[in-house]
Amino acid sequence: MTKTAVSTTINGDAAEFLCETGETLLDVLRDRLDLTGSKEGCGTGDCGACSVMLDGRLVCSCLVLGVEAQGRAVETIEGMAEGETLHPLQQKFLEHAALQCGVCTPGFLVAAKALLEVNDDPSESQVRYWLAGNLCRCTGYDKIVRAVLDTAKDMRSARA
Amino acid sequence: MIKTKFKLVGTRPLRPDGVDKVTGRARFGADISAPGMLHALILRSPHAHARIKSIDTSRAEKLPGVKAVVTRDDFKLPEREDLVDICRNVMAREKALYDGHAVAAVAAVSKTVAREALKRIQVEYQVLPHVTDVDAAMKPRAPILHKGMRTIGAEPAAKKDSNVAQIHTFGHGDVVKGFAKADIIIERSFKTEATHQGYIEPHACLATYGADDRADLWCCTQGHYMVRNACAGLLGMEVSHLRVTASEIGGGFGGKTTVFIEPVALALSRKAGKPVKLVMSRDEVFRASGPTSSSSTDVKIGITKKGKITAAQAILRYQGGAFPGSPVQFGAMTGFAPYDLENVHTVGYDVVANRPKQAAYRAPGAPLAAFAIESVIDELAHKIGMDPLEFRLKNAAREGTKSSYGPTFGPIGLEATLKESKKHPHHLAPLGPNQGRGVACGFWFNFGGQTSVSLNIGEDGTVSVVEGNPDIGGSRASMCLMAAEELGVPYEKVRTVIADTASLGYNEVTDGSRVTFAVGMATIKAARQAIAIMCERAAKIWDIPAEAVVWEDGCAKPAGSNAGNFKPMTLAEIAGSAGSTGGPISGHSEATADGAGVSFATHMVDVEVDPDTGKVTVLRYTVFQDAGKAIHPAYVEGQFQGGAAQGVGWAINEEYIYGEDGRLQNPGFLDYRIPVASDLPMIDTVILEIPNPGHPYGVRGVGETSIVPPLAAIANAVSEAAGVRLTHLPMSPPRVLKAMMENGKGAA
Amino acid sequence: MVKVVLWGSLKKAAGGQTEVEVEAKNVREVLDRLKETYPKLSADIDRGVSVSIDGVIFRDAWFAPIKPESEVYLLPRLAGG
Ligand code: FES
Ligand code: FES
Repeated sequence: MTKTAVSTTINGDAAEFLCETGETLLDVLRDRLDLTGSKEGCGTGDCGACSVMLDGRLVCSCLVLGVEAQGRAVETIEGMAEGETLHPLQQKFLEHAALQCGVCTPGFLVAAKALLEVNDDPSESQVRYWLAGNLCRCTGYDKIVRAVLDTAKDMRSARA
Repeated sequence: MIKTKFKLVGTRPLRPDGVDKVTGRARFGADISAPGMLHALILRSPHAHARIKSIDTSRAEKLPGVKAVVTRDDFKLPEREDLVDICRNVMAREKALYDGHAVAAVAAVSKTVAREALKRIQVEYQVLPHVTDVDAAMKPRAPILHKGMRTIGAEPAAKKDSNVAQIHTFGHGDVVKGFAKADIIIERSFKTEATHQGYIEPHACLATYGADDRADLWCCTQGHYMVRNACAGLLGMEVSHLRVTASEIGGGFGGKTTVFIEPVALALSRKAGKPVKLVMSRDEVFRASGPTSSSSTDVKIGITKKGKITAAQAILRYQGGAFPGSPVQFGAMTGFAPYDLENVHTVGYDVVANRPKQAAYRAPGAPLAAFAIESVIDELAHKIGMDPLEFRLKNAAREGTKSSYGPTFGPIGLEATLKESKKHPHHLAPLGPNQGRGVACGFWFNFGGQTSVSLNIGEDGTVSVVEGNPDIGGSRASMCLMAAEELGVPYEKVRTVIADTASLGYNEVTDGSRVTFAVGMATIKAARQAIAIMCERAAKIWDIPAEAVVWEDGCAKPAGSNAGNFKPMTLAEIAGSAGSTGGPISGHSEATADGAGVSFATHMVDVEVDPDTGKVTVLRYTVFQDAGKAIHPAYVEGQFQGGAAQGVGWAINEEYIYGEDGRLQNPGFLDYRIPVASDLPMIDTVILEIPNPGHPYGVRGVGETSIVPPLAAIANAVSEAAGVRLTHLPMSPPRVLKAMMENGKGAA
Repeated sequence: MVKVVLWGSLKKAAGGQTEVEVEAKNVREVLDRLKETYPKLSADIDRGVSVSIDGVIFRDAWFAPIKPESEVYLLPRLAGG
């Protein structure tokens, strides 16, 4: 199987990899780059566990081909905390017990961060609809939604 | 003696594995690789029922990069009787019994090669008539799945092959006399469709089998000891030669309490002599893991005009997939458990059909029975104009009630949940047009089981708890809390790790709501043993008898002034000198935990039904449940909320849809739609704490009861809102609309 | 003697009764005596049962003590999710 060389940026660092043309970005991240924080819950774009940012846009990495990352910037859950310091969303997810098994958590965090970047004062239903592409089977979403709303509030008051 | 005053238990510290899980560092089933690893894929039957005449793997084996192919020939039927069906389910033998049944598997150098190899395997099928519906499977001329299967418990004894594996009956009193005393009798039939646990993480494992017949297996499971024993049995290995390590687990809800792919990966690894990774796709999870039963139930309940139940009866039929073992007996035992009944009779039929072998799903079997029974209870209450909560209170099981499954209840919390529901603002809030409110009760046994825990005191005064149950929803936090509470050290000083099967004695599966109860009890006992050792060490240092030393606030102290006047020694001080005072300090508990406390819940839900489309929207939801004692209340609430949300899906969305051809038509999250964030409101919770006398802190399990009432509570709410009784789950828009139109209620 | 109550399905195997008396002081003895007295119960017992003693359910506890006045129920083996 011939492979294609791809140069891209992942979490701010230049990265290069070889992949088959049919391989998804999710496969590349997980199997070739050892970035297993993004999860595969379905492989069909229905669960959001594989959520990453591609050039600042929230995407399901299972629906993107690895070769499409050429020359673009990918951000994954592994890049969310700055060194030892958790992103406020990560911290709030812990404080609100917004995870049970935690397999959906990376996807939710990436998606929620994308929301707060475009809307720092979302209503409960805006949060719910934004996150409707991320499935969580454990929590019933209650604590996830609260964690996101609470983060937004804190981030607003930090800015004010 | 149940402890009631706590310093840490009942608080909400951050979970110890939290940072791993919010940063992507936690390793789940599919997150690990090994050098030289092969990728495996499974070939599955496209037929619901077919004789497998031949399997030709030669063309696949010749493909470069293919390192092993296995079929039924690679699995001997095990001697252990309880493993025979598991073996047949893991790899089809004479017949494929459902769409998705595994027929062969390959391991190759890449997924691409493995995919190509699957295409080259030739299976010759003789397609047979199939049956997927439970009622159809029970018909006299239904296609028979298993030649020679006779109904156990049939009266008179079964003389013909049947798809009914077993009949279970329960009850006491005399329902005929009871119905004769009734003023009002309601009799109804109900149906529910099969659902899936819907854990977000598909089954995944990595098997490494060596030429020395020693093997290691990494997998996501609710119980790695169960995996070890089952795989060892299926592969003819000695259990100690197989070490299983549990990965972090991305949900299970009962669906990961058995094996599917793990024995296959091991067999491939054995044949190839290399590590083999096997991960299910979502499609495979739906088609070939263990969904729930579908069911058909008849309920008959009689009451007096004043609302006292005089007799209650239910006939339940659960289809449990291609092999016997549906949880119908639990439905038959639990459905009437919330009531104090003089006359009760239930019959459960365990039925096989051409579907994947069911696996447990949270309180297995109970939600289906509760749906049917609580619907009739609701209708009766309305019929005599009594508040449904009041009606339930009037008939509620209490301490001393003879339960519907026999034994007399000890202290239970049903009444407390009902009274709390009555007081709650939710109960009094007004409803708008097309809206309805439903309530329902639910019961689950909970249990304990075999459990081992080691607790090691580090020389700097920190503590590690070593347990053997995968942490599926924050249980490490609960263990840390209980250990810290006993030892009198800060929560942060304790770390809980999940050991592999070689490092700790046997532990039963994380199920039955047992972990906080049983592992918690073992942790407490292990801590107490370590405390006793630390008191002895202090006694030696002070040169006084060990009985003269007590443990308080994390310190050994002389029991009183008679014992001597010594400065208390902290845990860290004792640990620091352990090397000189007698060696390492640890506590252990290896026991079968008994004394699990049953638990009850009442759920209240408001819905709105769109009269044009039949779509149901859940507006408000409140869970009232007895937790015994909530060790970490945030995760107790989480269990309540998660169970309610799964119940919402079961009630209004989720269903396995089989075509005429017996194939599953919706094996993906797009068409099998589980609730998403925008489908649900906040889910309020009220934790009640009626201590379980069988646990040192009063803990009852909480994980399962929360899924028992929602199907019924939502059905009751929808029935009120739609003005017609809904008797078939899920209450999807077409079904609701049809029911409304037939009763002249719809808008159209 | 302890009175043991069987669940409905076992009635036939126990000669048509759901309440039987056996001489036993723990779970194991109850199960052994039942199998001896009603050999047809063996299959069900071997498939796995739970025993409720005074309202507390035991799955695997041969030596859980039983007093003559204890309330003892034989139940199907419990399993959970
Ligand atoms: S794995 Fe990409 S959306 Fe589910
Ligand atoms: S926490 Fe388990 S799926 Fe969300």
